[in-house]
Amino acid sequence: MSNTLANPPPSWGDPNLSDQEKRTLAAMCARMIPASDEYKVPGADDPLIQADIAKSLGRDATAVHEALALLDRLAGGDFAALPVAKQDEACATLRAEGGMNLTLTTRIVLQCYYRDDRVMISLGMEPRPPFPKGHVLPQGDWSLLDPVRARGKIWRDA
Amino acid sequence: MSDDIADVLIIGAGASGAAMAWSLADTKMRIVCLEQGGWMKPGDYPSTGRDWEARAMGDYSPSPNRRARPEDYPINDDASPIKVVNFNGVGGGTVMYTAHWPRLHPSDFRTKTLDGVGEDWPVSYDQLAPFYALNDRMMGVSGLEGDPAYPPGKTSPMKPLPLGRSGALWAKAFNQLGWHWWPSDATIATEEYEGRAACMNLGHCTPGCALGAKASTDITYWPLAIRQGVELRTHCRVKRIVTGEDGMATGVEYYDAENKLRFQAAHVVVLAANGIGTPRILLNSASAQHPNGLANSSDQVGRNLMFHPYIQVYGYVGQEVDGNRGPPLNLWSHEFYETDPARDFKRGYMFQVSRGVGAVAEAIASHETGRLPWGAAHHETYRKLAYHRLNLSVVVDDLPEAHNRVTLDPVLTDSHGIPAPKVEYRMGENSLRMIDHGVANAKKVLNLLGAQDITVQNPIVYGGWHNLGTARMGSDPKTSVVNEWGRTHDVRNLFIIDGSLFASAGAVNPTSTIQALALYIADEMKQRLANLFA
Repeated sequence: MSNTLANPPPSWGDPNLSDQEKRTLAAMCARMIPASDEYKVPGADDPLIQADIAKSLGRDATAVHEALALLDRLAGGDFAALPVAKQDEACATLRAEGGMNLTLTTRIVLQCYYRDDRVMISLGMEPRPPFPKGHVLPQGDWSLLDPVRARGKIWRDA
Repeated sequence: MSDDIADVLIIGAGASGAAMAWSLADTKMRIVCLEQGGWMKPGDYPSTGRDWEARAMGDYSPSPNRRARPEDYPINDDASPIKVVNFNGVGGGTVMYTAHWPRLHPSDFRTKTLDGVGEDWPVSYDQLAPFYALNDRMMGVSGLEGDPAYPPGKTSPMKPLPLGRSGALWAKAFNQLGWHWWPSDATIATEEYEGRAACMNLGHCTPGCALGAKASTDITYWPLAIRQGVELRTHCRVKRIVTGEDGMATGVEYYDAENKLRFQAAHVVVLAANGIGTPRILLNSASAQHPNGLANSSDQVGRNLMFHPYIQVYGYVGQEVDGNRGPPLNLWSHEFYETDPARDFKRGYMFQVSRGVGAVAEAIASHETGRLPWGAAHHETYRKLAYHRLNLSVVVDDLPEAHNRVTLDPVLTDSHGIPAPKVEYRMGENSLRMIDHGVANAKKVLNLLGAQDITVQNPIVYGGWHNLGTARMGSDPKTSVVNEWGRTHDVRNLFIIDGSLFASAGAVNPTSTIQALALYIADEMKQRLANLFA
């Protein structure tokens, strides 16, 4: 029951992040989704969320490595070491130039952020998978169909 | 496992292969089905885990190129704005469909006669009606009788899915506009049905139903067919159909679960490999006798590919709606389905109305459209979007055009070295005009609902769910591949029963019609057993 494999095929890329890549990723995530006292949620740089991201690279490992490498290049070598204002400048350039590698990287960030217990609770959701409890929906009022029925046949004779 | 001669050999255990296997089982013939995938385990489906939304973009992606399971074959669809999606395994596409269950309209079978476009089918709605009904009982359909978009007589064994918060909003808006709407027929059990549990609104139906409420043929037709003696061999990938000197099919070469190349002899071969897989196998079966591929004297194999372009239009309302808290499908509207001479296009489209999306899907979609910002404003913005989205799709009747086709890629192969399919496709002028009309009307209803940030995705790129028309049926061997009862014109013991048969696409999800056709062809075969090859 996982989107990742213990032994992914080499074509997916290295499933592990280096320490430098982890620092860059965490710093980028802090600029993308910062913590909020108002909503009582951690930032995407939270250690638990970062750990989830790090083990979820799956099919997109190569894209993540390349996006993080680009971000470090844009930062002159070490994105995490930059002051916040400079990080925001580099992120703006990354978002303009990152292409599909950045798209795939941010998808993983968002997948992991929005399944975190603290985030789901803040949104009023139960931190659980859909199965087995499911959900309850109102059945609805089928008398809403009365005008549709009254109008009669709309199919065409053939 | 035995490689003795089979009376009937079916290639593919999906929607149509399962229905035919079950129908033919009462003949007591020796029926063998080869399926390149395996049996599904509902406990492994994504909705059982916290990473359920992520897995829909990974090992349960609808794209075989992205999913890349061992049983998948790659598809070169670079030359198409719509990418092919499918599923390979026992149940085939029914494992990963939405379970939306409309039928074609009677007029869909007569587009050339009525509107001067496409081709007429050699069968009619009335001919298929009893098989639609039989299939509805076998798959277990929930719905509401009396839809004025269809001829009388269409019944459902179960009550419809809940209208929900989203559906109630849509219904009132459609009523204000005076437009048709109706709760979608669905092959989702709303009460216990033939051993299936009632839907509990897991909401993540498409990548497999962990509860078994959604009908897929691995839990409907196949257990019954196997109990009656049909042999289903999994992880067996067909390489090619072999023919003899008399031009008849003698059987198939296939790779078994141990990757050993074997030959299965058969008196009758039935292709049920979908609108991409079937032409691929026919083209890969070229020989000295059939240099352009098997059953292809008309040069129609692989041509006339129809997708149903899906255009998604959505916006955000102030009140909270259903999101992922129920089956995605909700309502349909056939208001603009039939040809109207006042419009600048022939045929029409369906609105497929869905409930909304889950938390991750919303975040990703809104991020990628630039709606969801980075930084401190992220949280406030997200809370105005999540569970506030209403979306509908314009489902376009795609006319058959010969240049839209499946061929064999000269380089790309699957893991067995079998040439992969290549898809070339572009939307026609009629479709483009229809899309403009549909998007304008979709915006009209969303505006009436007070929706903000209305967004159009034209087309849904990974929306090639319906692969139709690539071995179409017809009375004329010069313009069609199979006759009016599913037998290929060229090879008298070779049948095709999947979506390849469609002479026109209609504007609805095709699985109901695919299975009705398979049951109809099986019935014709049973009636003609004494002179099947005449």
